[in-house]
Order: sequence, then structure tokens, then C-alpha cells
Amino acid sequence: MSEEYRSMWSGLGLDLDGHDALLNVLGNAYQDIYLSQKNRPEGMKYFDFVMSEVHGLRIKELLDEKQSGRKIIGSYCVFVPEEIVLAANATLVGLCSGADFAMEEVEKLLPRNTCALIKSSFGFKLGKVCPYLESADMIVGENTCDGKKKAYESLNDLVDNLYVMDLPQVKSDQGRALIKAEYIRFKGAVEALTGVTITPESLKEAIRTVNAKRSALHRLSSLRQADPAPISGLDALLANQVFFYDNPARFTKSVNAICDELEKRISEKQGAIPEKTPRILISGCPQAVPNWKLPSIVETSGAVIVGEESCVGERGARNLTDESGETVEAMMDAIVDRYFQVDCAIFTPNNERLDHIQEMVAAYRADGVIHYGLQFCQPYLMESMPVEKALEEKGIPCLRIETDYSMEDIGQLKTRIEAFIEQLG
Amino acid sequence: MRYAGIDIGSRTIELVVVNEAGEMLCTLQADTGFDPMMSAKKLIDEVSYDHIMATGYGRNLFEISFDAQTVTEIKAHATGARALFPGTQTVLDIGGQDSKAIALFDNGKVKKFEMNDRCAAGTGKFLEIMARTLGFEIEDFGREALMAEKDLNISSMCTVFAESEVTSLIARGENRQEIARGLHASVIRRAVGMINRVTSKGEIVFTGGVAKNPCMSALLEKKLARRILIPDDPQLVGALGAALIAKE
Repeated sequence: MSEEYRSMWSGLGLDLDGHDALLNVLGNAYQDIYLSQKNRPEGMKYFDFVMSEVHGLRIKELLDEKQSGRKIIGSYCVFVPEEIVLAANATLVGLCSGADFAMEEVEKLLPRNTCALIKSSFGFKLGKVCPYLESADMIVGENTCDGKKKAYESLNDLVDNLYVMDLPQVKSDQGRALIKAEYIRFKGAVEALTGVTITPESLKEAIRTVNAKRSALHRLSSLRQADPAPISGLDALLANQVFFYDNPARFTKSVNAICDELEKRISEKQGAIPEKTPRILISGCPQAVPNWKLPSIVETSGAVIVGEESCVGERGARNLTDESGETVEAMMDAIVDRYFQVDCAIFTPNNERLDHIQEMVAAYRADGVIHYGLQFCQPYLMESMPVEKALEEKGIPCLRIETDYSMEDIGQLKTRIEAFIEQLG
Repeated sequence: MRYAGIDIGSRTIELVVVNEAGEMLCTLQADTGFDPMMSAKKLIDEVSYDHIMATGYGRNLFEISFDAQTVTEIKAHATGARALFPGTQTVLDIGGQDSKAIALFDNGKVKKFEMNDRCAAGTGKFLEIMARTLGFEIEDFGREALMAEKDLNISSMCTVFAESEVTSLIARGENRQEIARGLHASVIRRAVGMINRVTSKGEIVFTGGVAKNPCMSALLEKKLARRILIPDDPQLVGALGAALIAKE
């Protein structure tokens, strides 16, 4: 690791020893899980590079942006509209929450039975190992599940730049009015932070940028309909994960380059995985970097993942924002319309999610669904039971998994997943 | 051709060899011990076969060490139970460190299964630790429990908590057989929950080491009001299933 990065990290107040340990684990996991895969698209080299520099070059870029006066905003949720951030000449980044870190410290502030994702976000702060968090000029929390909204009360004591956005739980007119009011308030807060007033031109440009990024992911998703699968689920998940970190225009270009390559593969009947491999849709909780636990078990057990019904996946990237509005107000309305469709399990009822799961099973020709629930994530675990029942009534096999970021249940999970794959064969 | 199935469990290893007709030619059993691959090698050296299929928690290690194919315990037990009891639609397997309920389609394929997650609650390991706490031999544990006039309620599912609960019951001077019966009932509650999530009626084939425990089968039959079928040697079912899958 270059000296330049080390001084950058200490400048951000990171704990260098802890951070070295984290990067070491990350590097080994990436080697074992990603680089050991066969028949990867050439274009994945870009993502390999991004991952190798995820705390290095990308952070340097963000710090250079800050140097030139641009603000960095960190978020933990797909409800934070990137369009508004970009339109005010700021950059939005996802904050680290995909690995256990400093758990003894975390459990002084959060009950043990808190989901791994929330605990992880605290662990990265308390362990001083997330350069994104430390680079951020504003950290956006959002009132989604009970765990997160109460955790932000404690996070507020750890950081001095937390902004909490309220969110509705019902898709009613009142719910829409609330999210709209909150997005308008957020726009004001971002403008105040950056000193930049959002104009119709800047907002339109931002909507186009984010739409392009989402369209690239939509294109990638649709190519996963092919059999043989042209790309592994692990690699496609990585693209969905990097969505939250990378420079938007460069991300769009890189995903489209992979798609060009995959189209060629499909026309030549080439695949990353042999034809007729059992195809699985993952549905449920988000899988943040470096949480590759479930897909690595699935894809080393003789199946391929063809879609993620998840915030890091199709739930997060579904639907474009209408870019035809000419006024800021009209475009803000379009943004509200787009985000209000996100079928997060904090909403009640949330029937659209079940419809989407079934649509995805059909579109990606999945043989079965693995419902991925993080232990103690009440909203998704609650939904997993009716989801399983509804899928089984349609003759779609479903396996419900409840797990966390630890490795202690790997053996049991492997047996269950292998048996599920046998069941599909 | 001779087909072997080896089931490498947490406590024991079973080996079954079948012929082309699927008839059992020989069966062997050994303790898993601390070096499962060494124990497995001793068993396979004693028999001759053309193909071998491994199952059980040690299957992946066996696959690497002996270049064999593998199948999960779930499919192996389903296949083995179906061979012994044609028409089987529900299988309950309780082994040393896990327990599972399996529902089968009419054609014998696995339809749905439930399995305990990471902890030992509701498994043979739980019963073994509790037998030891109460000073019973594991072989006698079920018979002793059956002799109790009533069962004492044990509320903890967790092995660690249940052990302290048992210790305090002993200290209170409670009857040892009644405590034993209560412990069996607690494992049964968990098994019944799993079975009911996969099927609601019909006979149940009970496999794995815990099926040898007479109190378990008696309580299960009573609680579910469904007929319980137990193979002559319930511990061999996984290995038999693996051998039959190797034959296919």
C-alpha cells in the first residue's frame, strides 16, 4: 500500500492497524470468492480494479473533489435521492455496512439482537475504518425500519453531521405528501450545505445521469435472462454493489461495456456457467460489500444466481425518473413518483414486492427463490413467510435463509442450499 | 456393479453397499472420532465397490480426499426411507448435530424441507448431553424416560440453558426419569413444529440415531397422531440412500 494512501487515511482519522486488518480480510475474501471464478467477462477487470482501490483511489478522488469545493454526502439507503445530490453539485456515496467490525464496541451502544447491517455501520464508525464515512460532509440517515431509526439516535452522538430524513410507511396520499415534503426539505439542506441552488438545468442533468446509471443495470439484468448465464451472480452483484460507490458516468460506461461483451457471449451461446445450471433468484435483505456469503455458497454448490430482488439489486434500481419536466417542481414530483414506488418491507401493506418477485422469477427463468433474511431484520423476516407461502402455491420452490455476517453457520447453510439445489434438479 | 454409500455424520459413519437390484450387500458402522477421513478410510478399505457416493456433514471433505461424488443428507435420507418404505411422503431425521423434516412428492423427489439452524437444540447431541447430566447411559435414556409417570416441563430449548435448568431440577429433588421425559418432550415439540411445517398428514418415517430412542418415537406418535415407521437400523438410512443414488 502506498505511503500516499496511508497519510490520506491517517488524515481522515482512520485507525491504520484496524484498517490494514480490514483490507487484508477484504483482499483475501475477494481473492477466494471472486478471482477464483472461471469464465469471467473481461469487463469485470474494471470492477476488480475498483475493489482493489475501493479505499484507495476512489477515496483520493473524493478528497480531490472536496479540495475543489464539492461536497460528499453519505447514505445508508436507496431512499436518498441521488438526483438531488448531483443537481447541487455534490457526490453521493453508500456507506460501509457489509462486515462485522469492532463488535465489542458496537454492543455497548446497540442491543445484541440488532441486525448485522446496522451493527456493521456502527462498527465501521467506532473502529474508524470507513474512509467514506470520514470523508462525508453530510451523513443521511432515514427512518425506515425501527432498528435503523432508533440507531440513528445513537449514531448522532458519534458524528456531527447526521441528517435524518423521515419516510412514510403507507403508500397513501398522506404518505406521498410526507415523502415529498421530506425530499423538498432534503433539497434545501443539500443546497445549504453546498451553497448551490438547484436549477431546472442542473436537476435535469442529474436525473439523466442517474437514469443512465440505472439503465445500464437494467440492461445487465435483462442479459441475465439468457441460458447459459453469461455472467455469474457474484459478478452481477458486485456491479450492483459498486453502483453505490463509483463515479456515476464511469460506472455507466463500465457496465455498458460489460453488457456489450455479454451480448456477444449470448449470441455465441457462451456462458460463464454451463447451460442448464439450476437458476436461483435471491430475494430479501440488501447485501452490501463485502457481504458475499450467500452468493458464494450458492454458486459453489452448483447453481447460478440470475437476479437479486434487493435494495442492492433490482428493488434499488428499478424504474427511471421521468426526465420530461421543465421546472424544478415538476422534476421533484417525478423524483417523488419514482422513489415512492420502491417496495421496501417497511411499507404496509407491501403487495407490490410479491408481484415483483414473481415477475422476476418469470423474467429470469429462475427455478427457485432463496429468501435472504438478516437475523433480527423484522420487516423482511416477517414478509418471508407469506412470500414463501405464495410462491409455493404457484409451484415455485422457496428456501428461507436467516443469517448474519458471521461464518459460524456456513456448514449448515451449505447443506440447506445444496439440498435446495438438488430439489430443483 | 456394486455401489457404496457413506454417511459421515458428526457422531458416527455408516457405509452401505448395494447391488444392481438395490439390495443391501453389507453394512458397516464406526465412530467418527477426531479424524473423520481416517475413520472413513478404514471402512472403505474393508469393502469392495465400483462407485461411491458420500453424504453427511463430512461429505465435502470426503469428496476432496477420495474423489467421490456427494449428495446432501436430505436427499439421501429421502431416498433411503423411500426404498425401505415405498410411498413414504414424510421423513424425520434426527442425527447427532442436526434435525430435519422432509416432504416428498409422489415420485419420491424432495418437495420441501425444514432443518434446524446453527444450534444443537432438538438434536441427538442435546439428548446426549442431557443424559450425561442426569447420569443415564444414552442407550437407556429413552427407556428410562418412558418409565416416568409424568413429564416435568423443561422450557429451555438451548442446550446450555437446559443443562442448568436440569441441574436446578435435580437440586430440587425432582425425579430423574420425569426430568428425562420432560427433556424428550422438549425435543419432540421442536420436531413436531418442523414436521407440521412440511406435511400435515400421513405416515412418518423416522431415521437417524435418535430414532432408536423408544421414548422419542412414542411421544412423536402420541403428539402427532400419525403413524411412525422406524427402519430396523435407522442410522443406515442416509448411507443406503447415498448408495442408491450412486446406482442411479
